[in-house]
Amino acid sequence: MSTRKEEKAIEKIAFQNKKKIKVGASEMFIRALGYIVTTFYAVCCVLPFLIIIGTSFTSESVIRQEGVQLIPKEFTLRAYNMVCGSGAIWKSYALTIGMTVIGTFVGLMIIAMTGYALQRKDYPYRNVISFYIYFTSLFSAGLAPYYLLMTQTYHLKDNYLAVLLPLLMSPWLIILMKNFIKQIPHEITESGKIDGAGDMTIFLHLVLPMIKPALATIGLFLALGYWNEWYQSSLFLSSKVTVKPLQYTLYEIVNKLDQLRNSVAGQYVTVADIPSESIKMANAVLATGPIILLYPFVQKYFISGITVGAVKG
Amino acid sequence: MSGNEKAAVSQAAPALNKRTWWQTFKKYRVLTLMCLPAIVFFFAFNYMPLPGIYVAFVKYNYRKGIFGSPFVGLKNFAFLAKSGKLLSLTRNTVLYNLAFIILGNVLAVFISIILNEVQSRWFKKVSQSMILLPYFISQVLVGILVYSLLNYDTGFVNSIRTSLGLDRWQPYADPLCWPWLMVLIYLWQNTGYNSVVYFAAICGIDSEMIEASEVDGANGFQKIRYIILPSLKPTIVILLLFALGGIVRGNFGLFYNIIGTNSLLYDTTDIIETYVYRATMTDFNFSTASAVGLYQSLIGFAIVMLANFTIKKIEPDYSLF
Repeated sequence: MSTRKEEKAIEKIAFQNKKKIKVGASEMFIRALGYIVTTFYAVCCVLPFLIIIGTSFTSESVIRQEGVQLIPKEFTLRAYNMVCGSGAIWKSYALTIGMTVIGTFVGLMIIAMTGYALQRKDYPYRNVISFYIYFTSLFSAGLAPYYLLMTQTYHLKDNYLAVLLPLLMSPWLIILMKNFIKQIPHEITESGKIDGAGDMTIFLHLVLPMIKPALATIGLFLALGYWNEWYQSSLFLSSKVTVKPLQYTLYEIVNKLDQLRNSVAGQYVTVADIPSESIKMANAVLATGPIILLYPFVQKYFISGITVGAVKG
Repeated sequence: MSGNEKAAVSQAAPALNKRTWWQTFKKYRVLTLMCLPAIVFFFAFNYMPLPGIYVAFVKYNYRKGIFGSPFVGLKNFAFLAKSGKLLSLTRNTVLYNLAFIILGNVLAVFISIILNEVQSRWFKKVSQSMILLPYFISQVLVGILVYSLLNYDTGFVNSIRTSLGLDRWQPYADPLCWPWLMVLIYLWQNTGYNSVVYFAAICGIDSEMIEASEVDGANGFQKIRYIILPSLKPTIVILLLFALGGIVRGNFGLFYNIIGTNSLLYDTTDIIETYVYRATMTDFNFSTASAVGLYQSLIGFAIVMLANFTIKKIEPDYSLF
């Protein structure tokens, strides 16, 4: 036994040495290609963000003359002062943060509970309920019936609930959660049962602490959904609502430019009509910043988490 | 089992079943209660709108409501089919999705394989974070980024073109360049996420297999061709299948935030979702919108069923349900 182990160890060392010394020409080529392509691609991914940030610090006259800027020619904080000074953005922040926190927390709890119940092999209704949930991703009524239901039956027009509720969960997130919890040995539930714990106690005290990566991943998906939300707002929040989610505020600023976009090269509009580019960019930076800052904290879980999603439900 | 025993069992069964049905329900009531919020949710937001599909078959009148409006049969569908609208919308939606799916996966697999060859851990981590960045932003911001790169007056591309002495480019008035641009933008936003998924699948490959191939003298290309690509096959197939199921479902946020209501570009960029959205929110033409939506749902449903049926015949392991 021991000699075989030794042999293996020696082999391994020899192999490692070989690997260090001899790297084939094709390996070298692929590695070099790896560094070059990845660097190029990563820069392409980030460059547009840098342009937005650069432009947000540039004075309006420079933008008009020379276009958007990667590195501002005339550095100014004017756009930020104007955006922050109006006070409207802080209300949008409060609303968006509130919705994100409440929506993520409630959604996560419901998704985790449902995922736990549906992966229990002894639960007799799991197939029926799984299909009931999955079917909604196969067939939907479409936008018009949904819109009519929300506005005329539920009377949710101009109500924040119309934005908060529909984003709470999706079939895909429930399947993802189910797959996560499946990986936990069933003995955990069994041992809880032997100790006389109920299903809810087992879920809260034994299962929940073990699925932190899943909670982080799915929580991030939910938080992204709420933070980036503009679609439900565009459907249900009219001009009667003064405080709107951040991304929808941004959307409204952009849409003021729509007229301009449609008239070719803007020859029919005067300079005074053009909404300030730098203010748009400052809004964009402020609306996006926090969610990007959140990412490094959950990256560890997130990358390991999204891979489970590729496993069949 | 003898005949007598069988008879005894079948006699006892009804009474027993009835009791166990109730007992089972009671025994698992907590688990059912845990599912209840989700059940209510999907009922309220996904099943409740279903009867409203009827609006596709009426001439909708706001005051009379869906079920009081005059029934017109398939007239809404006939109008859409005759005008050629349905065909052009379907063509745009499906072609864009095909390009997104095929190019998206090829590029993601390529990036993930090449990222795997990179040795430095630090480099891997930083580049992964950078390529995931576009996935985290809202579609509204994507629209702004694209506009700030491409617009006629202040766009980044045009700044570079003028500094090189070239003419200014006017993509927002040129419908023909958008198929290329939309695919490029889609790839920019989604490849990072997909390649991280593939990258993780590569990390899951048994390292002994790769080492063995190296001992056997496989070079870098052979390693990729004969070990890594075959190991990625299940992940690729499953992701492709998921994507195929949504082939008639367009990426509304992307198209609407980039094209908006720029009707100059509709020929090449109007997809089912953008048309339905405008019909609902701008024209309040609920009947037409719903007709298009129903058509889309039915085609999508048929495609998923067909795809799943075919896969089940060929390789049951890959089927979705």
